[in-house]
Amino acid sequence: MDFWRVPLDIDAIQVPRGIVTIFEDRCKGCGYCITFCPRHVLNLASRFNVKGYHPPEVIRADDCVNCRFCEIICPEFAIYSTEASPDSPASVPCSCDTIKET
Amino acid sequence: MADHLKKAGNKQVHPLDDMVRRDRMPHIWCPGCGIGTVFSACLTAIKSSGIDLDKVVMVSGIGCSGRAAGYTNLDSFHTTHGRAIPFATGVKLANPELKVIVFSGDGDLFAIGGNHFIHAARRNIDITVVCVNNLNYGMTGGQAAATTPEGSLTTTTPLGNPERPFNLPLLAYAAGAAYVARWTMLHIQDLTESIKEAMVKPGFAFIEALSPCPVNYGRRNKEKPLDTLTMYRDKTIIKNGASPLELDVDSRKSIILGKFVDIQKPTFFELYEKIYRPAE
Ligand SMILES: Cc1ncc(C[n+]2csc(CCOP(=O)(O)OP(=O)(O)O)c2C)c(N)n1
Ligand code: SF4
Ligand code: SF4
Ligand code: SF4
Ligand SMILES: [Mg+2]
Repeated sequence: MDFWRVPLDIDAIQVPRGIVTIFEDRCKGCGYCITFCPRHVLNLASRFNVKGYHPPEVIRADDCVNCRFCEIICPEFAIYSTEASPDSPASVPCSCDTIKET
Repeated sequence: MADHLKKAGNKQVHPLDDMVRRDRMPHIWCPGCGIGTVFSACLTAIKSSGIDLDKVVMVSGIGCSGRAAGYTNLDSFHTTHGRAIPFATGVKLANPELKVIVFSGDGDLFAIGGNHFIHAARRNIDITVVCVNNLNYGMTGGQAAATTPEGSLTTTTPLGNPERPFNLPLLAYAAGAAYVARWTMLHIQDLTESIKEAMVKPGFAFIEALSPCPVNYGRRNKEKPLDTLTMYRDKTIIKNGASPLELDVDSRKSIILGKFVDIQKPTFFELYEKIYRPAE
Protein backbone atom coordinates (compact mmCIF):
# COMPACT_ATOMS: atom_id res chain seq x y z
CA MET A 1 0.00 0.00 0.00
CA ASP A 2 1.30 3.51 -0.80
CA PHE A 3 1.48 5.06 2.69
CA TRP A 4 3.70 8.08 3.30
CA ARG A 5 4.27 6.54 6.70
CA VAL A 6 3.09 3.25 8.08
CA PRO A 7 0.05 3.91 10.29
CA LEU A 8 0.63 2.89 13.90
CA ASP A 9 -2.51 0.79 13.97
CA ILE A 10 -1.93 -0.89 10.63
CA ASP A 11 -2.41 -4.36 12.16
CA ALA A 12 -5.76 -3.41 13.64
CA ILE A 13 -7.21 -1.91 10.47
CA GLN A 14 -9.45 -4.20 8.48
CA VAL A 15 -9.14 -3.25 4.86
CA PRO A 16 -12.25 -4.20 2.90
CA ARG A 17 -11.79 -6.41 -0.11
CA GLY A 18 -13.76 -6.36 -3.32
CA ILE A 19 -14.60 -8.59 -6.22
CA VAL A 20 -14.63 -6.91 -9.59
CA THR A 21 -16.95 -8.04 -12.35
CA ILE A 22 -16.28 -6.86 -15.90
CA PHE A 23 -18.75 -7.06 -18.77
CA GLU A 24 -16.05 -7.21 -21.33
CA ASP A 25 -18.24 -6.66 -24.37
CA ARG A 26 -19.90 -3.53 -23.00
CA CYS A 27 -16.54 -1.76 -22.70
CA LYS A 28 -15.44 1.01 -25.10
CA GLY A 29 -11.85 0.99 -23.89
CA CYS A 30 -11.60 4.51 -22.43
CA GLY A 31 -9.24 3.25 -19.73
CA TYR A 32 -10.74 5.47 -16.99
CA CYS A 33 -11.28 2.53 -14.62
CA ILE A 34 -7.66 1.46 -15.10
CA THR A 35 -6.11 4.91 -14.62
CA PHE A 36 -8.20 5.95 -11.65
CA CYS A 37 -8.27 2.70 -9.65
CA PRO A 38 -6.44 3.73 -6.49
CA ARG A 39 -4.95 0.23 -6.04
CA HIS A 40 -3.84 -0.45 -9.63
CA VAL A 41 -5.97 -3.57 -9.74
CA LEU A 42 -6.75 -3.28 -13.45
CA ASN A 43 -4.76 -3.34 -16.64
CA LEU A 44 -5.57 -2.94 -20.33
CA ALA A 45 -6.03 -6.43 -21.81
CA SER A 46 -4.19 -7.17 -25.03
CA ARG A 47 -7.23 -8.97 -26.48
CA PHE A 48 -10.12 -7.24 -28.22
CA ASN A 49 -13.79 -7.41 -27.25
CA VAL A 50 -16.65 -7.79 -29.77
CA LYS A 51 -16.66 -4.05 -30.39
CA GLY A 52 -12.94 -4.04 -31.15
CA TYR A 53 -11.78 -2.31 -27.96
CA HIS A 54 -9.27 -3.47 -25.39
CA PRO A 55 -11.22 -4.07 -22.17
CA PRO A 56 -9.71 -3.91 -18.69
CA GLU A 57 -8.56 -7.08 -16.97
CA VAL A 58 -7.86 -7.78 -13.32
CA ILE A 59 -4.17 -8.15 -12.61
CA ARG A 60 -4.09 -7.66 -8.81
CA ALA A 61 -7.34 -9.14 -7.54
CA ASP A 62 -6.04 -9.30 -3.97
CA ASP A 63 -5.52 -5.54 -3.83
CA CYS A 64 -9.09 -4.48 -4.62
CA VAL A 65 -10.57 -2.57 -1.65
CA ASN A 66 -14.12 -2.37 -3.03
CA CYS A 67 -14.02 1.43 -3.30
CA ARG A 68 -16.26 1.10 -6.39
CA PHE A 69 -14.57 3.97 -8.20
CA CYS A 70 -14.19 1.85 -11.36
CA GLU A 71 -17.92 1.21 -11.22
CA ILE A 72 -19.00 4.82 -10.85
CA ILE A 73 -16.60 6.28 -13.41
CA CYS A 74 -17.40 3.77 -16.16
CA PRO A 75 -19.57 5.49 -18.80
CA GLU A 76 -20.71 2.10 -20.14
CA PHE A 77 -22.09 0.21 -17.10
CA ALA A 78 -19.35 -2.31 -17.91
CA ILE A 79 -17.68 -2.90 -14.54
CA TYR A 80 -18.71 -3.08 -10.91
CA SER A 81 -17.45 -4.36 -7.63
CA THR A 82 -19.00 -6.08 -4.64
CA GLU A 83 -17.65 -6.69 -1.18
CA ALA A 84 -15.81 -9.97 -0.68
CA SER A 85 -17.17 -11.97 2.21
CA PRO A 86 -15.33 -10.85 5.36
CA ASP A 87 -14.72 -14.42 6.51
CA SER A 88 -12.72 -15.36 3.43
CA PRO A 89 -9.14 -15.70 4.66
CA ALA A 90 -6.85 -12.86 3.63
CA SER A 91 -4.43 -15.22 1.95
CA VAL A 92 -7.02 -16.50 -0.54
CA PRO A 93 -7.15 -14.27 -3.60
CA CYS A 94 -10.55 -12.78 -4.40
CA SER A 95 -12.04 -14.19 -7.54
CA CYS A 96 -12.85 -11.77 -10.32
CA ASP A 97 -15.10 -12.38 -13.25
CA THR A 98 -15.12 -11.32 -16.83
CA ILE A 99 -18.53 -11.75 -18.40
CA LYS A 100 -19.30 -12.22 -22.06
CA GLU A 101 -22.54 -10.42 -22.73
CA THR A 102 -23.46 -7.35 -24.72
CA MET B 1 -17.56 -17.87 -10.81
CA ALA B 2 -18.33 -15.79 -7.74
CA ASP B 3 -21.31 -16.67 -5.54
CA HIS B 4 -23.30 -13.55 -6.28
CA LEU B 5 -23.29 -14.47 -9.97
CA LYS B 6 -24.33 -18.06 -9.38
CA LYS B 7 -27.19 -16.82 -7.26
CA ALA B 8 -28.37 -14.51 -10.02
CA GLY B 9 -28.67 -17.67 -12.15
CA ASN B 10 -25.85 -16.55 -14.42
CA LYS B 11 -27.97 -13.61 -15.52
CA GLN B 12 -25.62 -10.71 -15.05
CA VAL B 13 -26.97 -7.61 -13.39
CA HIS B 14 -24.93 -4.41 -13.11
CA PRO B 15 -26.23 -2.43 -10.13
CA LEU B 16 -27.76 0.15 -12.49
CA ASP B 17 -29.14 -2.21 -15.13
CA ASP B 18 -32.63 -1.82 -13.70
CA MET B 19 -32.49 1.94 -14.36
CA VAL B 20 -31.34 1.61 -17.96
CA ARG B 21 -33.12 0.45 -21.12
CA ARG B 22 -30.73 -2.37 -21.88
CA ASP B 23 -32.36 -2.94 -25.27
CA ARG B 24 -31.14 0.54 -26.31
CA MET B 25 -27.54 -0.23 -25.36
CA PRO B 26 -24.82 0.37 -26.36
CA HIS B 27 -25.49 4.09 -26.16
CA ILE B 28 -24.23 6.46 -28.86
CA TRP B 29 -21.65 8.18 -26.65
CA CYS B 30 -18.09 7.94 -27.98
CA PRO B 31 -15.24 6.20 -26.14
CA GLY B 32 -14.00 8.58 -23.44
CA CYS B 33 -17.12 10.75 -23.56
CA GLY B 34 -18.10 11.82 -20.05
CA ILE B 35 -21.86 11.92 -20.61
CA GLY B 36 -22.23 8.24 -19.62
CA THR B 37 -20.56 8.90 -16.27
CA VAL B 38 -22.78 11.91 -15.51
CA PHE B 39 -25.83 9.88 -16.59
CA SER B 40 -24.80 7.04 -14.32
CA ALA B 41 -24.27 9.49 -11.40
CA CYS B 42 -27.76 10.82 -12.03
CA LEU B 43 -29.30 7.35 -11.97
CA THR B 44 -27.46 6.49 -8.76
CA ALA B 45 -28.63 9.75 -7.19
CA ILE B 46 -32.25 9.11 -8.15
CA LYS B 47 -32.11 5.49 -7.00
CA SER B 48 -30.55 6.31 -3.64
CA SER B 49 -32.76 9.38 -2.97
CA GLY B 50 -35.59 7.16 -1.78
CA ILE B 51 -38.02 8.94 -4.14
CA ASP B 52 -40.69 6.61 -5.59
CA LEU B 53 -39.30 5.84 -9.05
CA ASP B 54 -42.81 5.93 -10.52
CA LYS B 55 -42.90 9.60 -9.58
CA VAL B 56 -39.67 10.58 -11.33
CA VAL B 57 -39.62 12.02 -14.85
CA MET B 58 -36.48 12.74 -16.84
CA VAL B 59 -36.60 15.31 -19.64
CA SER B 60 -33.89 16.00 -22.21
CA GLY B 61 -33.47 18.30 -25.17
CA ILE B 62 -31.41 17.62 -28.29
CA GLY B 63 -27.71 16.83 -28.46
CA CYS B 64 -25.48 13.96 -27.37
CA SER B 65 -26.36 14.75 -23.73
CA GLY B 66 -30.01 14.94 -24.73
CA ARG B 67 -30.00 11.25 -25.58
CA ALA B 68 -30.08 10.42 -21.86
CA ALA B 69 -33.87 10.56 -21.55
CA GLY B 70 -34.15 7.79 -24.13
CA TYR B 71 -31.79 5.53 -22.22
CA THR B 72 -33.43 5.49 -18.81
CA ASN B 73 -36.13 3.13 -17.65
CA LEU B 74 -37.82 6.00 -15.82
CA ASP B 75 -40.70 7.87 -17.43
CA SER B 76 -38.93 10.26 -19.74
CA PHE B 77 -39.31 12.65 -22.63
CA HIS B 78 -36.84 13.54 -25.36
CA THR B 79 -38.09 16.97 -26.38
CA THR B 80 -37.15 19.35 -29.19
CA HIS B 81 -33.95 21.39 -29.14
CA GLY B 82 -33.84 23.88 -26.27
CA ARG B 83 -37.28 23.01 -24.94
CA ALA B 84 -36.50 20.57 -22.13
CA ILE B 85 -37.16 23.18 -19.42
CA PRO B 86 -40.56 24.41 -20.69
CA PHE B 87 -41.60 20.79 -21.16
CA ALA B 88 -40.43 19.92 -17.63
CA THR B 89 -42.25 22.99 -16.29
CA GLY B 90 -45.46 21.76 -17.88
CA VAL B 91 -45.03 18.28 -16.42
CA LYS B 92 -44.39 19.67 -12.96
CA LEU B 93 -47.31 22.11 -12.99
CA ALA B 94 -49.73 19.54 -14.37
CA ASN B 95 -48.76 17.03 -11.70
CA PRO B 96 -46.88 18.66 -8.83
CA GLU B 97 -46.37 15.26 -7.17
CA LEU B 98 -43.77 14.35 -9.78
CA LYS B 99 -40.06 14.92 -9.32
CA VAL B 100 -38.79 16.29 -12.60
CA ILE B 101 -35.16 16.21 -13.64
CA VAL B 102 -33.84 17.84 -16.80
CA PHE B 103 -30.68 16.26 -18.21
CA SER B 104 -29.26 18.10 -21.20
CA GLY B 105 -26.27 19.78 -22.80
CA ASP B 106 -24.77 23.25 -22.56
CA GLY B 107 -25.85 24.14 -26.10
CA ASP B 108 -29.38 22.93 -25.56
CA LEU B 109 -29.88 24.63 -22.18
CA PHE B 110 -27.93 27.85 -22.64
CA ALA B 111 -27.90 28.74 -26.33
CA ILE B 112 -31.23 27.90 -27.99
CA GLY B 113 -32.82 27.24 -24.57
CA GLY B 114 -31.23 30.08 -22.62
CA ASN B 115 -34.37 32.12 -22.12
CA HIS B 116 -36.27 29.16 -20.74
CA PHE B 117 -33.49 28.58 -18.22
CA ILE B 118 -33.47 32.11 -16.82
CA HIS B 119 -37.23 32.30 -16.54
CA ALA B 120 -37.61 28.91 -14.86
CA ALA B 121 -34.94 29.99 -12.35
CA ARG B 122 -36.62 33.38 -11.84
CA ARG B 123 -39.98 31.72 -11.18
CA ASN B 124 -38.36 29.13 -8.93
CA ILE B 125 -40.02 26.24 -10.74
CA ASP B 126 -39.46 23.13 -8.63
CA ILE B 127 -37.29 21.12 -11.05
CA THR B 128 -33.67 19.94 -11.07
CA VAL B 129 -31.54 20.82 -14.09
CA VAL B 130 -28.34 18.86 -14.75
CA CYS B 131 -26.23 20.38 -17.51
CA VAL B 132 -23.49 18.30 -19.11
CA ASN B 133 -21.07 21.06 -20.04
CA ASN B 134 -18.62 19.77 -22.64
CA LEU B 135 -17.84 23.30 -23.84
CA ASN B 136 -19.21 22.79 -27.34
CA TYR B 137 -21.98 21.41 -29.56
CA GLY B 138 -20.81 17.83 -29.57
CA MET B 139 -23.51 16.22 -31.65
CA THR B 140 -23.35 18.53 -34.64
CA GLY B 141 -19.58 18.39 -35.07
CA GLY B 142 -18.01 20.61 -32.42
CA GLN B 143 -19.21 24.16 -33.08
CA ALA B 144 -18.55 26.95 -30.56
CA ALA B 145 -21.20 27.22 -27.87
CA ALA B 146 -22.15 29.86 -25.32
CA THR B 147 -19.86 27.99 -22.91
CA THR B 148 -16.75 27.63 -25.11
CA PRO B 149 -13.79 29.20 -23.30
CA GLU B 150 -12.11 32.24 -24.81
CA GLY B 151 -9.37 31.22 -27.23
CA SER B 152 -10.55 27.60 -27.68
CA LEU B 153 -10.50 26.00 -31.09
CA THR B 154 -13.76 24.71 -32.51
CA THR B 155 -15.08 24.09 -36.04
CA THR B 156 -16.55 27.59 -36.09
CA THR B 157 -13.61 29.29 -34.35
CA PRO B 158 -10.64 27.74 -36.17
CA LEU B 159 -8.25 30.48 -34.98
CA GLY B 160 -9.59 30.63 -31.43
CA ASN B 161 -12.85 31.69 -29.82
CA PRO B 162 -13.11 35.50 -29.65
CA GLU B 163 -16.15 35.31 -27.34
CA ARG B 164 -16.33 35.12 -23.55
CA PRO B 165 -18.32 32.15 -22.23
CA PHE B 166 -21.19 32.21 -19.76
CA ASN B 167 -20.34 31.66 -16.14
CA LEU B 168 -23.23 29.23 -15.67
CA PRO B 169 -23.47 29.19 -11.86
CA LEU B 170 -23.46 33.01 -11.85
CA LEU B 171 -26.21 33.06 -14.46
CA ALA B 172 -28.30 30.59 -12.44
CA TYR B 173 -27.73 32.53 -9.22
CA ALA B 174 -28.52 35.90 -10.78
CA ALA B 175 -31.71 34.54 -12.32
CA GLY B 176 -32.91 33.26 -8.94
CA ALA B 177 -32.04 29.55 -8.62
CA ALA B 178 -32.49 28.08 -5.13
CA TYR B 179 -29.65 25.58 -5.49
CA VAL B 180 -26.49 25.90 -7.59
CA ALA B 181 -23.50 23.55 -7.77
CA ARG B 182 -20.71 22.67 -10.17
CA TRP B 183 -18.67 19.46 -10.37
CA THR B 184 -16.77 17.58 -13.04
CA MET B 185 -17.50 14.02 -14.16
CA LEU B 186 -14.39 12.98 -12.22
CA HIS B 187 -15.89 14.27 -8.93
CA ILE B 188 -18.51 11.57 -9.12
CA GLN B 189 -19.41 11.19 -5.46
CA ASP B 190 -19.85 14.95 -5.00
CA LEU B 191 -21.83 15.18 -8.23
CA THR B 192 -24.08 12.30 -7.17
CA GLU B 193 -24.63 13.81 -3.71
CA SER B 194 -25.49 17.19 -5.26
CA ILE B 195 -28.03 15.71 -7.65
CA LYS B 196 -29.61 13.77 -4.80
CA GLU B 197 -29.75 16.84 -2.57
CA ALA B 198 -31.20 18.93 -5.40
CA MET B 199 -33.87 16.34 -6.21
CA VAL B 200 -35.29 16.31 -2.70
CA LYS B 201 -35.01 20.06 -2.22
CA PRO B 202 -37.96 22.22 -3.30
CA GLY B 203 -37.18 24.93 -5.82
CA PHE B 204 -35.16 25.42 -8.98
CA ALA B 205 -31.86 23.55 -8.72
CA PHE B 206 -29.01 23.78 -11.19
CA ILE B 207 -26.01 21.46 -11.35
CA GLU B 208 -23.27 21.95 -13.91
CA ALA B 209 -21.21 18.85 -14.70
CA LEU B 210 -18.04 19.53 -16.69
CA SER B 211 -17.45 16.61 -19.00
CA PRO B 212 -15.03 15.76 -21.82
CA CYS B 213 -16.05 15.61 -25.47
CA PRO B 214 -12.82 14.05 -26.73
CA VAL B 215 -14.03 13.56 -30.28
CA ASN B 216 -14.92 17.14 -31.07
CA TYR B 217 -13.66 19.54 -28.42
CA GLY B 218 -10.73 17.51 -27.14
CA ARG B 219 -9.30 16.63 -30.51
CA ARG B 220 -9.20 20.24 -31.72
CA ASN B 221 -7.70 21.50 -28.48
CA LYS B 222 -5.04 18.79 -28.26
CA GLU B 223 -6.61 17.19 -25.19
CA LYS B 224 -6.78 13.41 -24.98
CA PRO B 225 -9.61 12.15 -22.75
CA LEU B 226 -7.17 11.33 -19.97
CA ASP B 227 -5.61 14.83 -20.26
CA THR B 228 -9.03 16.35 -19.63
CA LEU B 229 -9.57 14.17 -16.57
CA THR B 230 -6.09 14.95 -15.27
CA MET B 231 -6.93 18.65 -15.68
CA TYR B 232 -10.16 18.07 -13.71
CA ARG B 233 -8.04 16.58 -10.94
CA ASP B 234 -5.12 19.02 -10.93
CA LYS B 235 -6.61 22.32 -12.04
CA THR B 236 -9.79 22.48 -9.97
CA ILE B 237 -10.37 23.85 -6.48
CA ILE B 238 -13.30 22.81 -4.30
CA LYS B 239 -14.66 25.92 -2.62
CA ASN B 240 -18.17 25.46 -1.29
CA GLY B 241 -19.97 28.76 -0.85
CA ALA B 242 -17.64 30.58 -3.24
CA SER B 243 -18.96 33.81 -4.71
CA PRO B 244 -20.62 33.07 -8.08
CA LEU B 245 -18.62 36.02 -9.46
CA GLU B 246 -15.39 34.03 -9.35
CA LEU B 247 -16.68 30.95 -11.19
CA ASP B 248 -15.77 31.69 -14.79
CA VAL B 249 -14.24 28.87 -16.83
CA ASP B 250 -10.95 30.13 -18.19
CA SER B 251 -8.05 27.91 -19.24
CA ARG B 252 -5.59 30.32 -17.58
CA LYS B 253 -7.13 29.81 -14.15
CA SER B 254 -8.17 26.94 -11.92
CA ILE B 255 -11.83 25.99 -12.14
CA ILE B 256 -13.78 26.35 -8.91
CA LEU B 257 -16.13 23.52 -7.95
CA GLY B 258 -18.60 23.12 -5.13
CA LYS B 259 -22.04 24.02 -3.92
CA PHE B 260 -22.52 27.76 -4.20
CA VAL B 261 -26.19 28.41 -3.49
CA ASP B 262 -28.65 26.51 -1.27
CA ILE B 263 -31.52 28.73 -0.17
CA GLN B 264 -35.15 28.26 0.76
CA LYS B 265 -37.80 30.34 -0.95
CA PRO B 266 -41.37 29.77 -2.10
CA THR B 267 -41.73 27.93 -5.39
CA PHE B 268 -43.88 29.16 -8.25
CA PHE B 269 -46.50 26.55 -7.45
CA GLU B 270 -46.72 27.56 -3.79
CA LEU B 271 -47.20 31.23 -4.67
CA TYR B 272 -49.71 30.37 -7.36
CA GLU B 273 -51.77 28.26 -4.95
CA LYS B 274 -51.67 30.98 -2.32
CA ILE B 275 -52.97 33.65 -4.65
CA TYR B 276 -55.31 31.72 -6.92
CA ARG B 277 -56.50 28.85 -4.72
CA PRO B 278 -56.37 30.29 -1.21
CA ALA B 279 -57.58 27.95 1.54
CA GLU B 280 -61.07 28.89 2.74
C1 LIG C 1 -34.13 23.69 -33.82
C2 LIG C 1 -32.82 23.01 -33.99
N1 LIG C 1 -31.74 23.74 -34.28
C3 LIG C 1 -30.53 23.15 -34.40
C4 LIG C 1 -30.39 21.80 -34.26
C5 LIG C 1 -29.05 21.14 -34.44
N2 LIG C 1 -28.45 20.70 -33.18
C6 LIG C 1 -28.57 19.44 -32.76
S1 LIG C 1 -27.75 19.14 -31.34
C7 LIG C 1 -27.20 20.75 -31.28
C8 LIG C 1 -26.30 21.25 -30.20
C9 LIG C 1 -26.22 20.38 -29.02
O1 LIG C 1 -25.26 20.86 -28.13
P1 LIG C 1 -25.28 20.48 -26.61
O2 LIG C 1 -26.62 20.76 -26.04
O3 LIG C 1 -24.12 21.14 -25.96
O4 LIG C 1 -25.15 18.89 -26.62
P2 LIG C 1 -23.86 17.96 -26.77
O5 LIG C 1 -24.03 17.28 -28.09
O6 LIG C 1 -22.65 18.80 -26.70
O7 LIG C 1 -23.99 17.02 -25.62
C10 LIG C 1 -27.67 21.48 -32.36
C11 LIG C 1 -27.35 22.90 -32.60
C12 LIG C 1 -31.57 21.05 -33.97
N3 LIG C 1 -31.52 19.71 -33.77
N4 LIG C 1 -32.75 21.68 -33.84
S1 SF4 D 1 -13.30 -1.32 -6.58
FE1 SF4 D 1 -11.71 0.26 -6.30
S2 SF4 D 1 -9.87 -0.91 -5.82
FE2 SF4 D 1 -11.32 -2.37 -6.70
S3 SF4 D 1 -10.82 -2.42 -8.89
FE3 SF4 D 1 -12.45 -0.91 -8.62
S4 SF4 D 1 -11.38 1.04 -8.40
FE4 SF4 D 1 -9.86 -0.59 -8.05
S1 SF4 E 1 -14.27 2.62 -17.64
FE1 SF4 E 1 -15.73 1.15 -18.57
S2 SF4 E 1 -15.64 1.57 -20.75
FE2 SF4 E 1 -13.83 2.54 -19.84
S3 SF4 E 1 -12.21 0.97 -20.00
FE3 SF4 E 1 -13.17 0.71 -17.99
S4 SF4 E 1 -14.75 -0.85 -18.33
FE4 SF4 E 1 -14.16 -0.08 -20.35
S1 SF4 F 1 -19.41 13.88 -29.95
FE1 SF4 F 1 -18.53 14.50 -28.00
S2 SF4 F 1 -20.28 14.80 -26.63
FE2 SF4 F 1 -21.00 13.61 -28.40
S3 SF4 F 1 -20.83 11.47 -27.74
FE3 SF4 F 1 -18.95 11.98 -28.84
S4 SF4 F 1 -17.51 12.64 -27.26
FE4 SF4 F 1 -19.58 12.70 -26.35
MG1 LIG G 1 -22.33 20.42 -25.37
